[in-house]
Amino acid sequence: MSHPTLPAIEVPPWETGNVQPLLHEIGHALRELLNNNKETCIDLHALPMAPGEEARLVEALGKGEISVQLRALGKSRIDETKYPGVWLITHFNANEEVVGKFIEITRIPDLIKSQREDIAAGLLNLEDELHEE
Amino acid sequence: MKNDPSLLEVLRQQGVSRRGFLKFCAATASLMALPPGMAPVIAKALEQAHRPSVIWLSFQECTGCTESLTRSHAPTIEGLIFDAISLDYHHTLQAASGSAAEEARMAAMKANKGEYLLVVDGSIPTADPGYSTIAGISNLEMLREVAADAAAIIAVGTCAAFGGLPHAKPNPTGAVAVSDIITDKPIINVSGCPPIPVVITGVLAHFLTFGTLPKLDHLGRPLAFYGNNIHDRCYRRPFYERGQFAESFDDEGAKKGWCLYKLGCKGPVTYNACATTKWNNGTSFPIESGHGCLGCSEPNFWDLGGFYNALSEPSVNTGNAAAFGLVAGAAVGAASGIMARKEKDNTSHAHQKVTVNDLKRGESQ
Amino acid sequence: MNIEAVLLWIRGPGLGLALGIFLFGMAIKLLEIFLLGRKKNLAAVRSSGVAAGFRTILSRSLPPDGNILRRPRFTFIFGYAFHIGLFVVMFFLAPHIEVSHALLGLSWPALPTPVVDVFTIISIIAMMALLWHRLTSPLLKYLTTPQDYLVWALTFAPLLSGYMAYHHLLLPYTWLLSIHIGSVELLLILFPFTKLTHAFTLFIARWYTGMMAGQKGVQS
Repeated sequence: MSHPTLPAIEVPPWETGNVQPLLHEIGHALRELLNNNKETCIDLHALPMAPGEEARLVEALGKGEISVQLRALGKSRIDETKYPGVWLITHFNANEEVVGKFIEITRIPDLIKSQREDIAAGLLNLEDELHEE
Repeated sequence: MKNDPSLLEVLRQQGVSRRGFLKFCAATASLMALPPGMAPVIAKALEQAHRPSVIWLSFQECTGCTESLTRSHAPTIEGLIFDAISLDYHHTLQAASGSAAEEARMAAMKANKGEYLLVVDGSIPTADPGYSTIAGISNLEMLREVAADAAAIIAVGTCAAFGGLPHAKPNPTGAVAVSDIITDKPIINVSGCPPIPVVITGVLAHFLTFGTLPKLDHLGRPLAFYGNNIHDRCYRRPFYERGQFAESFDDEGAKKGWCLYKLGCKGPVTYNACATTKWNNGTSFPIESGHGCLGCSEPNFWDLGGFYNALSEPSVNTGNAAAFGLVAGAAVGAASGIMARKEKDNTSHAHQKVTVNDLKRGESQ
Repeated sequence: MNIEAVLLWIRGPGLGLALGIFLFGMAIKLLEIFLLGRKKNLAAVRSSGVAAGFRTILSRSLPPDGNILRRPRFTFIFGYAFHIGLFVVMFFLAPHIEVSHALLGLSWPALPTPVVDVFTIISIIAMMALLWHRLTSPLLKYLTTPQDYLVWALTFAPLLSGYMAYHHLLLPYTWLLSIHIGSVELLLILFPFTKLTHAFTLFIARWYTGMMAGQKGVQS
């Protein structure tokens, strides 16, 4: 069945309008970090985002001075944004698929610090090496 | 079992560092739709968690659910959660066969009495037990036996959750869902044909972490994954709002990505995570690929009135009922009309005209 | 019994039942009217009156002498607003056209949904205004029977539930769609047995009136 077609209507790209409020939330969290030393973590996957909105958020946050690449269970990228104290963390699995995306408002993300258990295991390995020589 | 290594030890044996474990916990929290603040709680719980024994029973099913779960090409977070459980019986995946397999099931049931998880995929035939048996045991009997001492049951796939394809009209095998048979155990329905893999692993992760089942909706599905309507989360929603619909799969509208409502999309009545989680390593989901949602995570989705018929259309042929009503009404109406006409004629025949003389007689009296 | 099963029944057997009862009732009603016949006209006719009948259907739908002030203003304005709105919503919303396409094989272009939306709101407001008028005007109150409230509710329920379903208000869509289609089915079932039949008989009555008037008089 054919119909006379209706005049086309331009649909603007879908927007959730979540980018701007999120930037305000980050600003608020940054003030908390400065005044009360309170850290915040935001799960970006928990928020509905339209295609392109996440990219615009990342663009708005920009690139800062530090970029860290973690290799544990696949790669992870930990980047400080152009606003010191705001970190963008992206976890990939071994297939290079994103499994988690977070914004952390902290002086340094815990994940960067060497972990107690890993230091202990590393020390054992080092002692083994020294023993063998 | 007390001597089993904890999940943390399992991960360590696989060369996963503490950092990796923390990352795993953060991703798991995200996967389960928990606030990121829960990651340390998950870490703490998983450090102590022991590998739970899982018995997986496959009844009237197509193995698509198992395929969905094992389709990962390399170790993934989901894969690790799967590694963290002790899958003691799964007749498609296990190496043992025949009586050895059944013995493994009995041993696991005995050793983990009241603590093991039962995963079921496929529906259960009730018309004749011969429709589906395993090692000569009917599905119904095996389900009752294994469910009796299970801590909880996960019904994976729409067949186990709601009956699925075998339950579709005319349902020759008398297929029913797990919840139609087992009523005294916590049952969690992970529906979908097949379900999204992360949903299965998300539920397992939740059970590993908290030892409880996540929050469920009225159909027993985890709200974290089935709380959202496909239509509400659909990127083509603006076209629906504006009334721009594809009329066929190859017209201008379809090429421009207009709404697929008229082509039978069941998104408005479907609750699942497809629009946000997506399929095939996050590539797309059916609507994004140009096909309407079939509503596969909903009960009776095979009988919703045709995959390519709009939701507002009748789900069955109403022609017979309408024709019957019309014919019966015409018959009664004709009879009643003829009777009324007869009465009218009789009345007009019985009618006596008043003459001038009649009136004069009245006056003189 | 969950809501999904309810919706399945309402979209299938329930709809068949409602359509059957509707057609059954309307066939009785209309055949009764037509079979009763009219009084024989013994005078020579000016014309067949067929065209005059159709003219009257149209002319009675327009304000007399182009002046709406000559009719009760409130009833006229809101009555028309409601009926026009209902007509647009019923026949020009895309999902409704799909129903016609499935049942009769007939379809026509739909109006953009926001346009239909506006007509829905107009209808809802007009219907509430008419109810308020009925409740407050002493004359109308005197004339009103319980059936008038029933047919008001039967007509209002599909409009409101449809609007709510479209905008996903208050309840999940599955619920609202069930309520919406269910309320339409209730309307269909009671339609032939209440004043709602005026949607059909109105035109028959007007046509007869026009035809009779057209037959009278002398050919000029």
